[in-house]
Amino acid sequence: MSGIPHDHYEPKANWEKGLAKRLPIVGLIYDTIMIPTPKNLNWMWIWGIVLTFCLVMQIITGVILVMHYTPHVDMAFASVEHIMRNVNGGWAIRYIHQNGASLFFVAVYLHIFRGLYYGSYKAPREITWIIGMLIYVLMMGTAFMGYVLPWGQMSFWGATVITGLFGAIPFIGEGIQTWLLGGPAVDNATLNRFLSLHYLLPFVILGMVVLHIWAFHTTGNNNPTGVEVRRTSKKEAEADTLPFWPYFVIKDLFALAVILVAFFAIVGFMPNYLGHPDNYIEANPMVTPAHIVPEWYFLPFYAVLRAFDSEVWIVIFFNFISGGIIDAAFFGVVAMFGAIVVMALAPWLDTSSVRSGRYRPMFKWWFWLFIVNFFVLMWVGARPAEGIYPYIALIGSAYWFAYFLVILPLLGVIEKPLPQPETIEEDFNAHYGKDDGTGGSSAAAPTPAE
Amino acid sequence: MFAKLAKSTLVAAAMTVAAAPAFAAGGAGYVENYNFSWQGPFGRFDQNQLQRGLQVYTEVCAGCHGLQYVPLRTLADEGGPGLTEDEVRAYIDQNFIEVWDDDLQDWRTATPNDHFPGSMLENAPDLSLMAKARTGFSGPYGLGITPLFNGLGGPEYIASLLTHYTGTEREEFGAVLYGNETFSGGYIAMAPPLWDDAVEYNDGTEATVEQMALDVSAFLMWTAEPHLMARKQMGFTAIIMLGILSVLLYLTNKQLWAPVKARAKGESSPAE
Repeated sequence: MSGIPHDHYEPKANWEKGLAKRLPIVGLIYDTIMIPTPKNLNWMWIWGIVLTFCLVMQIITGVILVMHYTPHVDMAFASVEHIMRNVNGGWAIRYIHQNGASLFFVAVYLHIFRGLYYGSYKAPREITWIIGMLIYVLMMGTAFMGYVLPWGQMSFWGATVITGLFGAIPFIGEGIQTWLLGGPAVDNATLNRFLSLHYLLPFVILGMVVLHIWAFHTTGNNNPTGVEVRRTSKKEAEADTLPFWPYFVIKDLFALAVILVAFFAIVGFMPNYLGHPDNYIEANPMVTPAHIVPEWYFLPFYAVLRAFDSEVWIVIFFNFISGGIIDAAFFGVVAMFGAIVVMALAPWLDTSSVRSGRYRPMFKWWFWLFIVNFFVLMWVGARPAEGIYPYIALIGSAYWFAYFLVILPLLGVIEKPLPQPETIEEDFNAHYGKDDGTGGSSAAAPTPAE
Repeated sequence: MFAKLAKSTLVAAAMTVAAAPAFAAGGAGYVENYNFSWQGPFGRFDQNQLQRGLQVYTEVCAGCHGLQYVPLRTLADEGGPGLTEDEVRAYIDQNFIEVWDDDLQDWRTATPNDHFPGSMLENAPDLSLMAKARTGFSGPYGLGITPLFNGLGGPEYIASLLTHYTGTEREEFGAVLYGNETFSGGYIAMAPPLWDDAVEYNDGTEATVEQMALDVSAFLMWTAEPHLMARKQMGFTAIIMLGILSVLLYLTNKQLWAPVKARAKGESSPAE
């Protein structure tokens, strides 16, 4: 499957040959697991396995939860309490599922940031990146609909606000919103279709994950240097790589075990820390909560949504030239989805021929500012939109777009990259070689991300 | 109408719609950081306190409030007030707890499998989950650092609310509101429910207002999170098992990579 030369599976016994002739599944599994992997991968390359684990964990706990859950506006909240009180181990399964969503997003953000820093999105890995972005969007949809299912106050009002976004689209918006909700407002029809889709989408994600893995197994992994594995001969390829099993499986499992220690500390000792207390109040269409706040993993985009109010000049400008069709609400929605779209377009916006941020002295600063900005947006997304907060949100949103639309295209032209190592082997030997930081290794000085 | 409502919420961007104060979540007012027995990783419910809290709930709160999600039989569950099954039946009999039976089309005496009754007053919220539906601690500046150390503070909120009446009253739309330092807005519709010796504890504990407030808050923490002790137990088991697994995998990984790293140094590994 991979373009990197390596040993393929050879059926030996007669039954193996017979099976391979009819269904070459053993060879497929062998090639997938034994894929040559750059041996200099650092600890930021562990999130893929964490994400795969999360997906499986969420599907298994979710399938169990749905056995005890009732998708009806009068019974959903009580059925969740039934799970928490009466179902054997139900509280554990539900808290794992609930906090598992958070672990999923922690992992996906770090996975995405890894890709942004080391230029994993650049040719020839654009397809992997695009599929990854689609998975990310599907994850957000799945998480959002899952949050509605317990039918608490924040479930209901979150659903009302988020589906209201579609209502902001000119002309067709209200029709789309009604179609999504199955009626004029969030109600039983909404709850039923959200359960149906919340159950369906993880399996769509699973299929996309297979494509994601297939794509990067075809191009080969990126690595911290961004330098490609040598493919001219098997000997050279073997000097740059190690088989995924056992070297990276064991390494990734070690990282996963450490992460799960932290995860179970949260599940065991503070399972509601990341949740909102209002979701322990049953949904009530007559009472609006004081603050409608989405889950933490949506907050940066929520901040972008709210940043563009009717007093921002760009909103006023578009409102004017569109004859009032584009109002602040619609502009905010476009900005929120646009924030993800520009990220997905990174492979074509980044003009630098150097992949890894390690060898890009200017890019590094802009990248870390991007990360800081992400957390600032997350923070401001949960603050009330008053006082100084809307201005912070606006500056943060502007930087988000500037990073992809201005900085990445310009840096490729003005930046003078540092020298890159010739090969992955050279980088690996420089890192683990016996010269204790004397000469040659300055280019490989690890940044905090590594 | 809801589409419009949703849109206006959106356009307001703030999404800060004035809520009916009676439902406002979170502690806008003063919340005292009481110490409870179950706090910290090793904390456990104090069974005597849960029983005293049950008594306060039954004799004071249940006049208006309900516990509709809590099955009566769970009073006998491990990690709870720890009544015997006979005591649960006696509790039902002594308090004349009745439930509506759809089959009989009539009220009948509850069985341990039935739930506590719901709220008697429309304006009195159900208390089953109150300890998780309110928070006492937040911030600073929305960073969530205070609740990381103090806990979310639901029970502290309840205890503070019960002990921090100011003694002032105000009339609004014909209803009397009572000054309260904890309740958001400063005035609450619930009259001060506790006074010294409002209940007589069997175990001889002095029934001060603060004592009863703490006891009933503990009881409501249990009704909101009946498996709290089992949850912490699971947390410890999982952390220890995964900790051991982490160490083993760390050593395996080190061993596995040692020859590769040795080769990088230009040494020939004895393992090969």
